[in-house]
Amino acid sequence: FSGCGKASLSSCSPKVCIVGSGPAGFYTAQHLIKVDIYERLPVPFGLVRFGVAPDHPEVKNVINTFTQTAKHSRCSFYGNVNVGKNVSITELQQAYHAVVLSYGAEGNRSMGVPGEDLAGVYSAKDFVGWYNGLPSCRELSPDLSCETAVILGQGNVALDVARILLSPIDILKKTDITQPTLEALAESQVRRVLIVGRRGPIQIACTIKELREMVNLPDTRPDMVAADFDGVKEALKDLPRPRKRLTELMLKTALEVPGEKEQERRSKASRTWGFRFFRSPVEVLAEPGHSRIAGIRLAINKLEGSGDGAQAVLTGEVEDVPCGLVVSSIGYKSLPIDPSVPFDSRKAIVPNTMGRVKQAAGLYCSGWLKTGPTGVIATTMNNSFDTARSILEDMDSGTLDMSAAKPGSQSISALLEKRGVKPVTFSDWEKIDNVEMKRGESRGKPREKLLTVEEMLHVAWT
Amino acid sequence: MALVTTLRRLVQNSLREYSRKASAVTWPTKQRSFSIGTQPLRSDNKVTVNFINRDGEKITVKGLPGDSLLDVVINEDLDFDGFGACEGTLACSTCHLIFDEEMYKKLGPITDEEMDMLDLAYGLTDTSRLGCQICLTKSLEGMVARVPESVADIRQTKDGSS
Repeated sequence: FSGCGKASLSSCSPKVCIVGSGPAGFYTAQHLIKVDIYERLPVPFGLVRFGVAPDHPEVKNVINTFTQTAKHSRCSFYGNVNVGKNVSITELQQAYHAVVLSYGAEGNRSMGVPGEDLAGVYSAKDFVGWYNGLPSCRELSPDLSCETAVILGQGNVALDVARILLSPIDILKKTDITQPTLEALAESQVRRVLIVGRRGPIQIACTIKELREMVNLPDTRPDMVAADFDGVKEALKDLPRPRKRLTELMLKTALEVPGEKEQERRSKASRTWGFRFFRSPVEVLAEPGHSRIAGIRLAINKLEGSGDGAQAVLTGEVEDVPCGLVVSSIGYKSLPIDPSVPFDSRKAIVPNTMGRVKQAAGLYCSGWLKTGPTGVIATTMNNSFDTARSILEDMDSGTLDMSAAKPGSQSISALLEKRGVKPVTFSDWEKIDNVEMKRGESRGKPREKLLTVEEMLHVAWT
Repeated sequence: MALVTTLRRLVQNSLREYSRKASAVTWPTKQRSFSIGTQPLRSDNKVTVNFINRDGEKITVKGLPGDSLLDVVINEDLDFDGFGACEGTLACSTCHLIFDEEMYKKLGPITDEEMDMLDLAYGLTDTSRLGCQICLTKSLEGMVARVPESVADIRQTKDGSS
């Protein structure tokens, strides 16, 4: 190897920084020798903290490996630094040989229908941010005084929202769900949740673990439309195992006559949930003379084709569903944070080849910003390892210009100080972490999250 | 094709070398807690396990009866990228392992919960299991477990060009 190979490792020490401290940021960091991570919030971990449902604590175990990485001397965490506002990507590129963009998807796809802005309509991104304590979603205060909630979308996020709306409070109060959310849910009148998709059962985007959780959710019973499942049983034999098992569970839940015990359990249940298929939103309907939602108008579709590639086609018929809460769970979306970074607004990603940003030497990307906002943590892990591989390849091949020494965090810290921005270190975050865990202890929760940036900074710097 | 494979191996080796050299922490490390079997630590009690890593290399290690295969990977500090992300709690599929037919039959029953997560694994086969759910017994002595690729290798295109 030439350039920064084994021999000259010390003389032209490569300076790399990562923007974003979620799974993408940390998994990329794990394969780099020395790296600085910049994060907008005072707290790290991105969607592991703010996206994963409170009743899925095991999924958050990855925080342990991220913590090990952050505490290693090779890695420095700088929280409370807004890249794009406090410091530009261009300035980062002047200070570092390579800059990795891992800031994910903070926006969401909109339904694009009239009435979307009515009170009572929320994006799943905001709803999830609310129950997980994302500071920018603190004021969401969704109105839960209605009986029926309609969720558009049938992916795992949609099922998370349904589960949080319908779970017994006794279960939720032992999780790290926020206190204001618990209080709102305790008063909630929501008793029926419909999870709506454009296509059919075989195209459903959620996975079996999440479906099983709904089926087994205490004090709830399923409410499906048998006709939605016409032809599904016949299609089973050709499906690959994962899709087959998921479809079998859905069929069983929707069509099978339950045994006596299950029959009794269902009759006692106070809440219902169900899928509705072949429906697309066309308008959110307001109460006459009000700006509050009264229901949603759904277009009825039919399927053309089969399997993954099946398309939903309008039939011309519509159906009105009365409801008081609509959650649109049709996808997150990345946003451009700096004009100097190429951005594909159609796909809402940074254009790249294997993590190398197109037409931008020294710029890389990983995570959802690289591939679009789908996939679980392990998907992002592989994606990030791949970007790190590209960076190391480029260092070794000389594609990444390392001939000039770069100042790294020294110059950025000086810039930030001049601009009155004080970064939060990882040990500052650990103070926040300890306060949250301590507060949670007295309530039987793993933690009680701090809900504002001001509170977080106060704890960090006291 | 050969050039790409070679380059990939070189980069992966350099990844490992950089990681080790800089002792950058890639999970898992020996600071993690071990599972200690209740039997005394006599060497004839141990079970030999062979792993085939993603480069096709065979790595032979020993574990104690009762250890899960994930425990063995952690305890022996085996360097499988991203293995065991959820730390054995059936919340991911990164400890996916593939066995031969005969060994697979000896592994015992699989629960719905394991199958639910296994269903998400890349390159799922009929003889796949999650390593965190397989516990060692003497009858599994000499077992061979292959660590499959965790993602489609997009660097290997059909005509071999990268």
